[in-house]
Amino acid sequence: MSAETAVTRTKTGASADAGAGRRFRWSPGRIAMLLIALALVVLWVLPLAWAVATSLKPEGETTTTPLKWIGSTITFGAYREVWKSGDIAQWMFNSAYISVMTTLLTVVLCAMAAYGFSRTEFRGRKVLYGLVLAGIMVPPQVLMAPLFAEMVSMGLVDTYWGVILPQVAVPAMVFILVKFFDGVPRELEEAAFVDGAGRWRVFWTIVMPLSRPVLAAVAIFTFISTWNNFLWPFLVTTDPNGMTLPVGLVNVQSSYGLRYAQMMASVVIAGLPLLVVFTLFQRQIVRGVAHTGLAGQ
Amino acid sequence: MSAPTVTAPPPRSSESTAITPPRTVRRHWTEHGLVFVAPFLVVYALFLLWPLLYGVKMSLGDDNIAGTDSHFIGFDNYAEALQDPDVWSSLWNTVWFTILSTVPLVLVGLGLALLAHHLRVVQWLWRLSWFAPFLLPSGVVGLLFMWVIFPSDFGFADQALASLGLHPGIGWLTDERYAMLSIVATTVWWTVGFNFLLYLAALQAIPQHLYEAAELDGAGAWARLRNITLPMLRRTTGVVVVLQILASLKIFDQVYIMTAGGPDDSTRPILQYVYQAGFTGYRIGYASAVSYLFFALIVIVSLIHLRLTRRASEEGARI
Repeated sequence: MSAETAVTRTKTGASADAGAGRRFRWSPGRIAMLLIALALVVLWVLPLAWAVATSLKPEGETTTTPLKWIGSTITFGAYREVWKSGDIAQWMFNSAYISVMTTLLTVVLCAMAAYGFSRTEFRGRKVLYGLVLAGIMVPPQVLMAPLFAEMVSMGLVDTYWGVILPQVAVPAMVFILVKFFDGVPRELEEAAFVDGAGRWRVFWTIVMPLSRPVLAAVAIFTFISTWNNFLWPFLVTTDPNGMTLPVGLVNVQSSYGLRYAQMMASVVIAGLPLLVVFTLFQRQIVRGVAHTGLAGQ
Repeated sequence: MSAPTVTAPPPRSSESTAITPPRTVRRHWTEHGLVFVAPFLVVYALFLLWPLLYGVKMSLGDDNIAGTDSHFIGFDNYAEALQDPDVWSSLWNTVWFTILSTVPLVLVGLGLALLAHHLRVVQWLWRLSWFAPFLLPSGVVGLLFMWVIFPSDFGFADQALASLGLHPGIGWLTDERYAMLSIVATTVWWTVGFNFLLYLAALQAIPQHLYEAAELDGAGAWARLRNITLPMLRRTTGVVVVLQILASLKIFDQVYIMTAGGPDDSTRPILQYVYQAGFTGYRIGYASAVSYLFFALIVIVSLIHLRLTRRASEEGARI
């Protein structure tokens, strides 16, 4: 068998496809692909590397031409200055608080709703679920004017809740979770019902733990999209103390004047938490994107 | 409680999606399915359905941002929007950006996925470098490119050209000829990782035996790519293209941050015009009308998407 494959291999020449169980060979074609891929990696890493390099230069050497990767010294002065100004720490706290609260509420509300739609029967269930599904089509950006007017009348402008609440009811997440619950076998739940457990007990002690992977995916995506959301927090916060990190940075960019090192230091600080999230949850994120293209919206 | 009266689990009919708990626990009101969906529905109604309807009402009035003194003026806002050259130019900018960005975002995403899939080694490196930028906030990406990549002369892009012996001094974000392209390039760098991952997953799902059979028939690498890989990716491509169009049409952040719609409004997308009309021009009724015109566009694309995915899942069921 292996001899046969070897013969076909030599006959077809350089093979460039990836078989799961095949032996891996460095054919010329594959080496060329590797070089192209590495060049593209460099291209993708360059802007980030340049941001880091700039942030480590002494202020005043950031705009020298021709470009130099390293200044006369490597200094963390820009990071110290930026952190000392206090705004970044405050914005980071705001972003963290808002993202964590939004994530918790989204996961709990969407999971409960999805369980209700997937497992229970009540009058109007289909109509209500249809109403939720239709909401997937509504881009939050379309609502900016009426939602802002609503926030004004509710007195939620410049509050955490004003940022959090409009981001919590995500119909796409309900849809993803309903799909998931539909595929979970009912035997465990039925056994628990027979043992006298109520629906709530079953939901919290059986269904939720069983759904940990999909809940983790929903949570990670909600966290990332809340942390990164720009338009809504930008509209609903006017007080610099209540801004999220991206909004705060954009808002004060002009006050950095020509201090490029500080600007880049704050950019690195703002981007770092997400790179940490990615390295911690790489598998879940990759799987989440692959299985639910929706979550990326 | 401890002695269940029902010994066998209730029979499950194939049509019903519900499980029926035994009668003893069924009656309590907290068991009702509505209790599970109610909290979500309340938030959903308050912060999605209500503003959606309220926006319709606003778009039919001459509301200012304070919400005072509004009168019903019928479809005047819509009529005005359809005659407003700024609406049409920003709508065109949005569509132009969508065309310019969707093509490279899909093709580059596919190319990167093919590379990563065929190389098989150091998968983490490909994922990290091509997908990680997708996770960065638009604020970070916008500021990074605007402040140190695209400035004329000392910016990284200009200096990279200079080191190749080309003439620097290009107004990447300030010259009408380049501003939109610079934004497209930034967007490709930033978000192509998403399409890359979708394609990568699709590639990994192609059954290996197809390739083995083709190889036995003497098909070369190129023939296998053209006759197996690309046809097998058709469905994924449909989804990727529509998702990308939907995402590109909603462009706002990076333009607002990097060029603020300039130079001379040449990059201003429709959402920025909505923002300007409502939040700096205080005509929130008019802004709502414009945003509903935009919404109509999104709904049309979404319906196409829905049809595509429905057909895809029907095909899937047949196989």
